Amino acid sequence: MVSRHNLSHAFEIKGGDFGKAGCVSLEIKEILRDLGIDPAIVRRAAIAAYEAEMNVVMYAESGKVVLRLNPKVIRITLEDQGPGIHDIEMAMQEGYTTATDQMREMGFGAGMGLPNIKKNADRFELKSKVGKGTSYNIIIHLNPEGGT
Amino acid sequence: MTLRDVAELLKAEVIFGKQHLDEEFELAGASDLMSDVLALSRPGILLLTGLANTQSVRTAEIVEAKAIVYVRGRRPSQEGLELAEKNKMPILSTKFLMYKACGLLYGRGVRGMGDR
Repeated sequence: MVSRHNLSHAFEIKGGDFGKAGCVSLEIKEILRDLGIDPAIVRRAAIAAYEAEMNVVMYAESGKVVLRLNPKVIRITLEDQGPGIHDIEMAMQEGYTTATDQMREMGFGAGMGLPNIKKNADRFELKSKVGKGTSYNIIIHLNPEGGT
Repeated sequence: MTLRDVAELLKAEVIFGKQHLDEEFELAGASDLMSDVLALSRPGILLLTGLANTQSVRTAEIVEAKAIVYVRGRRPSQEGLELAEKNKMPILSTKFLMYKACGLLYGRGVRGMGDR
């Protein structure tokens, strides 16, 4: 296992800015790829980040993403200022969505986002306060054996 | 199958990526729903879609598609094209509708991203 330096990067996401939606995740992907991390792991991190980023663009006013890396895990945390999620259990079910027509026209809003983050992450914690915002904590192990 | 084969089979215009036409792929996926692409695709697929916005290029890049084929004669936005060039993501455009484009590829042995 190649030892890697600890790393931390912060990014801002603007809600409603569909033109830029996905830019942060592409940047995250580039950073991880340039570090020589296993491409399969980079892809999972990028997909999870992208789904979370799209949620911020679609539903929230703004969001802050922090990418942290240590020799064992990739951690992506995202905190948004937005409406929050009324029923997290419902939102985690495939196909459940509150998307608008505009979101669907963009190719999103099928109710697959949160379940897909869970699928790609080794650990996914979602916290939300209605009227305040939602926070995502996405953890992906760098070693297949796992362990945080 | 190579991207050159795809261009011939689908009578597609190569909008970007003439230098990548000899690259090969095994699996393809077709959807206008980027949510499905994100959830179901595999690395290296040929992505067929009628959704020609910038998001389709970003999604293809995130899931590491080999190339994008826009159906129904769709073409990328200027921003989408710039992103494709930056990320070396070949873009083809066929006048065929989705069903025919997929059928032609399937008939030539290209299997779907969900097949294995």
